[in-house]
Amino acid sequence: MVERQKFGNLFPHIVLCIGVLIVAFPIYLAFVASTQDTATIANGQMSLLPGSHFLETYYKTLFVGSSGTTREPVSMMLFNSLVMAMLIAVGKIAISIISAYAIVYFRFPFRMAIFWLIFITLMLPVEVRIYPTYKIVAQLHLLDTYAGLSLPLIASATATLLFRQFFMTVPDELLEASRIDGAGPFRFFWDTLLPLSRTNMAALFVILFILGWNQYLWPLLITTRDDMQTIQTGIRKMIAASDALTEWPVVMATAILAMLPPVFIVVAMQKLFVRGLVETEK
Amino acid sequence: MQKQTVFQSRLLPYVLVAPQLAIVLIFFYWPAVQAVIQSFLLQDAFGLSTSFVWFDNYKDVLGAPEYFATIVRTFVFSFFIAISSLSLALLLAVMADKPLRGSALYRTFLIWPYAVAPPVVGVLWVFMLNPSLGILAHGLRAMGIDWNPLLDGNQAASLIILAAAWKQISYNFLFFLAGLQAIPSSVIEAAAIDGARPARRFWTIIFPLLSPTIFFLIVVNIVYAFFDTFGIIDTITRGGPAGSTVTLVYKVYEDGLLGGNLGGSAAQSVILMGIVIALTAIQFRFVERKVNY
Repeated sequence: MVERQKFGNLFPHIVLCIGVLIVAFPIYLAFVASTQDTATIANGQMSLLPGSHFLETYYKTLFVGSSGTTREPVSMMLFNSLVMAMLIAVGKIAISIISAYAIVYFRFPFRMAIFWLIFITLMLPVEVRIYPTYKIVAQLHLLDTYAGLSLPLIASATATLLFRQFFMTVPDELLEASRIDGAGPFRFFWDTLLPLSRTNMAALFVILFILGWNQYLWPLLITTRDDMQTIQTGIRKMIAASDALTEWPVVMATAILAMLPPVFIVVAMQKLFVRGLVETEK
Repeated sequence: MQKQTVFQSRLLPYVLVAPQLAIVLIFFYWPAVQAVIQSFLLQDAFGLSTSFVWFDNYKDVLGAPEYFATIVRTFVFSFFIAISSLSLALLLAVMADKPLRGSALYRTFLIWPYAVAPPVVGVLWVFMLNPSLGILAHGLRAMGIDWNPLLDGNQAASLIILAAAWKQISYNFLFFLAGLQAIPSSVIEAAAIDGARPARRFWTIIFPLLSPTIFFLIVVNIVYAFFDTFGIIDTITRGGPAGSTVTLVYKVYEDGLLGGNLGGSAAQSVILMGIVIALTAIQFRFVERKVNY
């Protein structure tokens, strides 16, 4: 601190408390709504304190499903979202780390051409090429499959660039030393490079998992069967009906369940998360 | 920049890049090229014959007053989302940068919404501001505002902007905080010794030093407003009332659902690609990125 403020740190505390209030209030309200019964909310008589229907609502949401438009229980959607997010995160890390390895540690014809081919994909998010991609996925008979959900989202260069940059900072001496010890490319990759990349992989995993979990437009287009929908597409269908028919406690419980895994990851792995965010964006 | 020591192998590097190359070619280049080709073609109503029509599809798309309105609307949304969320995030970051008791706790609470998916954000806000049962809607009505985003286009638009800006606060906050912490305290102390009060120090020292971060965040926020708001719009208004919340991405989606004009929707996609490439180029050109390629 440079100087003493007149009222100590009262002012920053007030501003930050208001900020936290703005950020947390919608989430708190969703939780409160998920513990009250449908009629109370529909009347607009909702109280700001948690009600008594917590177990009832969450049991219904997870294992029965809302009685309205979506008949699938939310546990199914959570499972689909989990599979999709894991496939995207693990798949992207796996294919990126080996291609970055090839680009950094080998000399071969078309090396730079291949690098640029991958690099350019950074520029276009899936949203702008959504229908042509849809057509191709349909032609490959991948609609309503986990492969169809995840493969097009793996096609981007962020992770490759990150690993490439990291590999460039790994001292050459390490490679020389392992070669003297008789290590080939596989051995060097497995015993030296992978252990060194662990933190980077973890940070990347956190970001990619959240990104995959929160995908919306793509799963909306390519899943038609109810048992293939993710939690993000499922929740929209729940408020599709008219106001009077929407079961708000179930919708809000679904919202809470939908944000639980990524929020948990952000809070529990804050350091990795911040690191991953800053590194993938710069 | 290149490694001095490398492995020698003729086949192995190709095997290693093959999976990524395959996915990129099939799911990125192939659809992108298709979109570009499609945008120059016109298909008859039965899909039996196609003809090459040069830029007719683009002329049709850009000539429609509705499309022009959508472009303007998307930029207006971006502007309001960026400005409101950036200014609030900057204020919070400046406060959180002070040595406060419990600042780690504040930080944890403030970065939460980053993890909340856009459709869930939409659901949260539609619930609070639902005209018949929303808590905030009751408040607005008590203040004498005739709140009904289901009928009033401007209110629907402000609801979208509010929800989208809310979600983006945490992202901006994190980057501002990182930017602030990178400013050496000696610079600020020197200014304080020269007699500059906190407000003056902020505008003459901290703010200019933070400008690369600000510029970077403006671009990121615009891209966010273009693409990630889709989930928010789709859960809150579905583009309504009367198309008053349709953004460029939402229009591509909507027109595609109706089917029909393939060339037109391909042309829309290509225009979007152009805008994104331009934004990325601006980012590369003007923002100092600490990356060596």
